[in-house]
Amino acid sequence: MSENADRTTMSTNDFIKGLWKENPVFVQVLGMCPVLAVSNTAENALAMGLATTFVLLMSNVLVSSLRRFIPKQVRIATYILIIATFVTMVDYAIQAISVELHKSLGAFISLIVVNCLILSRAEAFASKNTISRSALDALGMGVGFVFGLVCLGGVREILGNGTIFNISIFPDSFQEWIIMILPAGGFFTLAIWLLVFKTSNLRKA
Amino acid sequence: MNEESLGYIFISASLINNFVLAYFLGICPFLGVSGKMETATKMGGAVTFVMLISSLCAYGIHWLLVLLDAPYLQLISYIVVIASTVQLVEMFIKKMSPALFRALGIFLPLITTNCAILGLALFQTNKEYDLVQSFVFALGAGTGFTLALMLMAGLREQLDFSDTPKVVRGTVITLLIAGILSLTFMGFSGLGS
Amino acid sequence: MNAPQTISQENTGSMKMLQAMVGIGLICALLIVLTYEGTLPRVRYLKEEALQKAIFQVLPGSNESVTFLIDEAGEIIAQPGKNESVNKVYAGYTAEGRLVGVAIEASGKGYADVIKVLYGYDPAAEKVIGFHVLESKETPGLGDKIEKDKSFQENFKKMDVKLGASGLSKEHPIIAVKSGLKQNSWEVDGITGATISSRAVASILEQSTSEWLPLIRKNMDEFKIKQLDE
Repeated sequence: MSENADRTTMSTNDFIKGLWKENPVFVQVLGMCPVLAVSNTAENALAMGLATTFVLLMSNVLVSSLRRFIPKQVRIATYILIIATFVTMVDYAIQAISVELHKSLGAFISLIVVNCLILSRAEAFASKNTISRSALDALGMGVGFVFGLVCLGGVREILGNGTIFNISIFPDSFQEWIIMILPAGGFFTLAIWLLVFKTSNLRKA
Repeated sequence: MNEESLGYIFISASLINNFVLAYFLGICPFLGVSGKMETATKMGGAVTFVMLISSLCAYGIHWLLVLLDAPYLQLISYIVVIASTVQLVEMFIKKMSPALFRALGIFLPLITTNCAILGLALFQTNKEYDLVQSFVFALGAGTGFTLALMLMAGLREQLDFSDTPKVVRGTVITLLIAGILSLTFMGFSGLGS
Repeated sequence: MNAPQTISQENTGSMKMLQAMVGIGLICALLIVLTYEGTLPRVRYLKEEALQKAIFQVLPGSNESVTFLIDEAGEIIAQPGKNESVNKVYAGYTAEGRLVGVAIEASGKGYADVIKVLYGYDPAAEKVIGFHVLESKETPGLGDKIEKDKSFQENFKKMDVKLGASGLSKEHPIIAVKSGLKQNSWEVDGITGATISSRAVASILEQSTSEWLPLIRKNMDEFKIKQLDE
């Protein structure tokens, strides 16, 4: 990107790149643990995606606004501290919204802390850019992450349970592919999505 | 207090509920460093080692937090302690055994963001294991992680000699194999009863 | 790639590092405590509501519940002492104050991980009258039928768990049988494809009822008396 690039294109690009070109799930393959673990239904996937986006946005904004005060030597430690704070907040927020949802996501909410995606955005982007650009970057990456998760969760729920967002879409005679909601199904579905992305990118190239 | 026997905890953590293949914890290193048998073994060893230490630390912190009645500090103190443990271990190994340090090299810092370690600490707290149980749990989880990593590395080394289509090379084929491994490990379910 | 604004802080003093860490630590601590305090009442309310719902489900007809604490010696106590492990049971009453039964939590090893259940026991009829899975990680599509399967739930609507003459042990043990072979009401009609999970549920109930039923009989008066001062 040229340094003289128009500000609007630049900020649009900050947002857009996370959706497709640098999609965190399908292209960067970052933060796979929650992606595979909670994507057995579309609802769980969506909740996890939104929680991660929130943490991503808040930590990017905070890291970016504090970027002049944080000494270089302790930057990773402070990033982890900041991320852990927001994750704890999200954890309690989800509990307050629905105990049921909190139970089905389980320990994986806490594990957002070690999602490499968040730390890598803080380190690679937010620590070097303005607050507004960091926020846009976080939103783009977050939406891309949600998109990836819901793609995965949707396929797994449709095939594995015959429903989408708990709404039955097949006639009763449909035989569920139980394997899809098992851990193995997570690996297979992600592999197939990656394949789709790769082929479409190869075609374009 | 949890009444599970030590043997069951070990089998459960290493085989039935394998961290990588059933809980998807530690997928990043699983996909990243499972290319060669040698590195896979070393990574497995390093992770097991850190798991044992941080499991003990997590037990201590949990005890302290219960005493202080401050459950909301759990996550933040776990992650800080794990990160500093990794740092300390790194410094210690560097001083005591430079050879081992060179061998583990870049893997140690990577372990900080390995979800398997934090996952272990959280699970052992949720399951209310006592000190010995936590230790066995960490040992089992580490063994399971190493086992999965080594199995994968062995398979991928063989794959290098076969003619796989260009698009599936790399992550895609690794994920497919992981899926098959995960199915295989499901056969261990029910071992405990 | 994006015109970076490099920050050069090569020789930062340790004083500044400390300041930054402490400052950020304080902000973080403040945020966490605020959220915790802010959400606590609602979280507590939701958890209680979920438990209440489960209790009323396993004790059909009840719409009021009282929690009883029972210490290791099997005595009902009002306040748990320090370092003392207590167990909780929940007595459910109808609107008129009649004791419907006692809801008991039980857990044990399942096929994949621990299964936690809540079941309702009617001491007058000496029957299990309801069953609800609180927590399980059984195989989706097979083992998790113990949670939803209607005919499996049917097993626990009026399961005979009569105590023997001594009042210390049950007349018949709760056992799982193969699907369709159920003959007596103390048998659990297993789910096809989920034999181990069905067996696990039966053994969890067997263990828990053997332990709890004599205790409940012993404290029967307490459960009834309590309802008067409700």
